[in-house]
Amino acid sequence: MGKRVGIVGVGQTHHASHRLDASGVEVIAEAVTRCLDDAQTTLDAVDAIIIGNMDHFENINYVDMWAVDGLGGCMKPVFKVTTGGTTGTTVGAAAYYSAASGMFDTVMAVGWEKNSESDTQAAIATCANPVLERDPFAGAIGPLATEYSMYMKAYGATEEDAAIVAARDRNNALNNPYAHNRMHVTVEDVMNSPMLSYPVKFLDMCPRSDGACAVIFAVEEKAKKMCDRPAWIHASVVRHDYTHFGDLEWQWMPTLERATLQAYKYAGITNPVKEFDVAELYQPCSTTGVKWLDSMWFCERGQGPKLIRSGATHMDGIIPINPSGGVVATNPIGATALIRVAEAAWQIMGRAGDRQIPNVKKALATGFGGCSWSDVFVLGADLP
Amino acid sequence: MADWKSEVEEVVFPGKICVPYSWTVGSTLSRWYVQLRDDGEIWANRCPSCGTVYVPPKIKCIKCYKDMNDWVKLPGTGTIETFTVVNKERPGLDPKKPPFVYAVIKMDGADTGMVHLIGGVEPEKVKVGMRVAPVLEKERDGHITDIKHFKPIA
Repeated sequence: MGKRVGIVGVGQTHHASHRLDASGVEVIAEAVTRCLDDAQTTLDAVDAIIIGNMDHFENINYVDMWAVDGLGGCMKPVFKVTTGGTTGTTVGAAAYYSAASGMFDTVMAVGWEKNSESDTQAAIATCANPVLERDPFAGAIGPLATEYSMYMKAYGATEEDAAIVAARDRNNALNNPYAHNRMHVTVEDVMNSPMLSYPVKFLDMCPRSDGACAVIFAVEEKAKKMCDRPAWIHASVVRHDYTHFGDLEWQWMPTLERATLQAYKYAGITNPVKEFDVAELYQPCSTTGVKWLDSMWFCERGQGPKLIRSGATHMDGIIPINPSGGVVATNPIGATALIRVAEAAWQIMGRAGDRQIPNVKKALATGFGGCSWSDVFVLGADLP
Repeated sequence: MADWKSEVEEVVFPGKICVPYSWTVGSTLSRWYVQLRDDGEIWANRCPSCGTVYVPPKIKCIKCYKDMNDWVKLPGTGTIETFTVVNKERPGLDPKKPPFVYAVIKMDGADTGMVHLIGGVEPEKVKVGMRVAPVLEKERDGHITDIKHFKPIA
């Protein structure tokens, strides 16, 4: 398993639709500076940096080169990692693996995106195979709509179930000063918002944002010196599968099932709903907040709607999901998954402000991207 | 490989997606561009810790990671550190019709080089170590091409 590693500091920008006050380099610098402040340390203590975004959103290659002054990477080992929507959790995983391997004591993960700098849907469509699936199926909304249609048909889930999730996350975002969309929303508001692709409506869907996030991972002996309550990594698992949309299983999500199963095994989790105190999940559309609960072993297949309707996932429920407002509130794509890890870490460290869940001992964070790829982190207050 | 055309029919799809890109200049460089546009001046910023003077300005000192709020006005003159003469046209990329000269110019009062074009001189007469000064456009819109080029001075 490698060395034990803990998160000792977290920083994120104030996210917005258009951060016209700040260049890409400056949003990176904002997150890095806040992360160093949170860890009460300086760049001298950082041995290596992993950074990620998706070049097609900004049309600038080599962020590891042109952003080096904002990143603080001069004369340090800097690696760039890009895996689509999962980029944020993959930079986190790469930082964790680099520290756990014993090669570096302290590694900083940075995810960022300036989605205002292009047409996000046009850019995202370029992820689909250009000679097979780009014309008839590409984009973010259509595939998510298609998978929820199937789930509704198979298990009797409803549009209202997704609307409950959208209202939950959007209202949670009111407690998060960093969130992009902060507005009070009712289930009726969601149901009455414009239809994008059936059954996905405007308020079900995530925005695209400008922002960045940075997280410092440190090996046990360093982490204990740097932080009085590190968020220890109990598991970090990545699963990819087939690349064509037509190859996928649409009724449930095999990558999420396998990634969580492996992560729970590493972390000794047998009853996730009971054992986790909070979850920050990469759910790009409220429909996935219903459907993917099955694939995280939170319930039997098809029982996601029951769990959502029970209120178990609200702030006062037994497993609060997305106290930060999640992805439907904030989505600077290359940072989005790392923000899940950062928010989960802050919950463990007791630094989550108005969105803090009391006494968090175990937290779950996920990343979603590519063509239904899944990354999973399990964090804990106690050493693994 | 020589006879693949007899076995594989050429099928090539043209792309249809055109993504419009734009780039936010940000707080540090927008200040620099506004000074160039409005006052025709080239400024630099200096690290409060190690004293390195950067032009164009840096967001953080690359050596010290300090905030760079200490601004200094440069005289604009400098010395050619190295250069090349571009002869072959690269369609859509070149700022002007070849032949033209681009160079790294060590700016007086700064510790870094700045890249720009050399003009007002035959390309074959450009030399390393040549002293140069900026020639500004009369109508400036806050862009790197507000500096038309650098020209040799005595």
